[in-house]
Amino acid sequence: MQKYAINIAFFVGCLLIVLAAQFGMVDLYVQSVIMFMGINIILSSSLNIVNGYMGEFSCGHAAFMCVGAYVSSVVTVVLFAQNKIFGAPILPPDMAVLFMPLAILIGGLVSAVVGILVAVPSFKTRGDYLAIITIAVNYMVISGIENLEIIGGSRGFMGMKQVVYAMSDVVNIPWMMIWTILGTVFTIWIIRRFVSSTYGKGISAICQDEIAAEIMSVNTNKMKLVAFMLSSGLAGIAGGLFAHVIGYVNPQSFNILKSTECLVMVYLGGMGSLSGSVLSAVLFTLLLEALRPLQIVKWVIIPLILVLLMQFRPEGILGNKELGDVFPRLKRYCRFK
Amino acid sequence: MEALFQNIINALQWGSFYALIALGYTLVYGVLLLINFAHGDIFMVGAYIAFGVSVFVLGTQGLGLPNWAILACGVPLTMILTAGVGVTLERIAYRPLRRKGAHRLYVVITALMCGLILENGNLALLGASRKKFPELMEKAVWTFGNVSVTNLKVIVIVAAFATFAFLNFIVTRTRIGMAMRAVSYDKFAIPLMGIPVDSVIVFTFVLGSGFAGLAGMLFAMSYPILEPYMGALIGWKAFIAAVVGGIGDIRGAFVGGFLLGFIEILVVAFFPSTFRDLIAFSILLLILWIKPTGLFGVARHQKI
Repeated sequence: MQKYAINIAFFVGCLLIVLAAQFGMVDLYVQSVIMFMGINIILSSSLNIVNGYMGEFSCGHAAFMCVGAYVSSVVTVVLFAQNKIFGAPILPPDMAVLFMPLAILIGGLVSAVVGILVAVPSFKTRGDYLAIITIAVNYMVISGIENLEIIGGSRGFMGMKQVVYAMSDVVNIPWMMIWTILGTVFTIWIIRRFVSSTYGKGISAICQDEIAAEIMSVNTNKMKLVAFMLSSGLAGIAGGLFAHVIGYVNPQSFNILKSTECLVMVYLGGMGSLSGSVLSAVLFTLLLEALRPLQIVKWVIIPLILVLLMQFRPEGILGNKELGDVFPRLKRYCRFK
Repeated sequence: MEALFQNIINALQWGSFYALIALGYTLVYGVLLLINFAHGDIFMVGAYIAFGVSVFVLGTQGLGLPNWAILACGVPLTMILTAGVGVTLERIAYRPLRRKGAHRLYVVITALMCGLILENGNLALLGASRKKFPELMEKAVWTFGNVSVTNLKVIVIVAAFATFAFLNFIVTRTRIGMAMRAVSYDKFAIPLMGIPVDSVIVFTFVLGSGFAGLAGMLFAMSYPILEPYMGALIGWKAFIAAVVGGIGDIRGAFVGGFLLGFIEILVVAFFPSTFRDLIAFSILLLILWIKPTGLFGVARHQKI
């Protein structure tokens, strides 16, 4: 029982949050902050696969988020909501409850396929040249979606709120909160499994030395493909959740600044540390909200904090370690595989 | 046909800005192997410094000099002050990290953050209202057939070519240029040869930021509206141009900048303008796909 103490505490905590949201104990603002925390955790830990474990420098993570957000919201809106262009809902809106996670997963799958766009050039290019390819992909995705008039172009796309309301009509519980928590747990679980598997070992071998890894019979191309696709797919899930939480997506909200935010969260937590990225995503979201009254000065203070952090603790909060390595006693209370 | 010539001239001007900024990226990258993501924002700061110098120091609200004198003193003053900003960044943010031997990516993140600080610090200090750059030159339009050229366009293009020639001369023909190439070749053996690495790096930042200041001034004269985010997009694009040319190579940055300028202007000429980024970046991606080290780049051999 002692071994599962933290797991149970986490589960009870999530349950309490959902219950509190259900009975109106926390207001909508706090709820949205908690949901953004989950989305940011998914973003930072999925980017950590490529930037941390594999040692590449991908700075276009928001592109995959954008693809996931658009695909999943188009799917849900076409299926369950009244829309000017797509017409009446195809399926009865009551079924949104069942298809919602499926739509978000479809968004993730499509953005994993878009991830191939970055993964294939990465077979030959490394380092800074790959960084450019990711930036270029980010611009291309945004520009491409801006030119698709059918999904709103640069005006953005909306209608997801109807789907969320349709779900609340069936059973009135905070659905998006539940899906966000489930998505976050799913992401952390899958990354944890992935990193400790043979694939994960292969990816850290590529990080150490690509040529040596190839000589040791690591199929580097396959590893890169899998890592990029997993990373972008999870970012797509984050995007799908983001779109349904906000209820409105706009191509410009996934621009290079969003990618920079993802990068910041990864490096704040430490490269190659899953618990580090979770911790830094939570801290970063809280910091953003705490500094909100300062308005624009916020964006001077946050970079300044990061510059100072880089000066005095360049490896990030946890460095290359997990939380369990820093505090070995925690391992007694946590079983997590 | 005349439309084509007109577009080529516009593309030359637009490419000149990319080339001037890309040269700064490539100089710093060539010496330090550091992507100085703050460079686009140094360009923005350069434009604001040019504004401050030509309005509040030399111009109507300062000494009140005539326009030709503002231009003559303003250009060097802007370049010097912008170079000061670049060197300050190097001194405060990058050098301590380099001394500690931090991972290269942490320096890149620091550079990104410095860019954000410059952008938003500017926004917080000067407010979001756009600034109107004063007209420093009588506009002269020369027309050949239906192709019209303004004197400003000619100056911008000539400045880009002159900068390229000057930097190429410095890097390939002078002692300090040789030192720069040496530092980029082997950072550990060079101090043993008695070359002061730090002053070479400072000199590199002076050159790169100085010409970013020049680009800022010329940009402000050509498109006389200043806003704090003007450097971000153009900086990222110039960086991509530098990489497509082969980062670390002066010729590469120059050619890449003009290439991007041409692609963008020609795309806008023949397609709806919203397709500009999509097509431009697709072409650049294709180039990188075929030639992963850029047009002029040489692959570094990896040893085990």
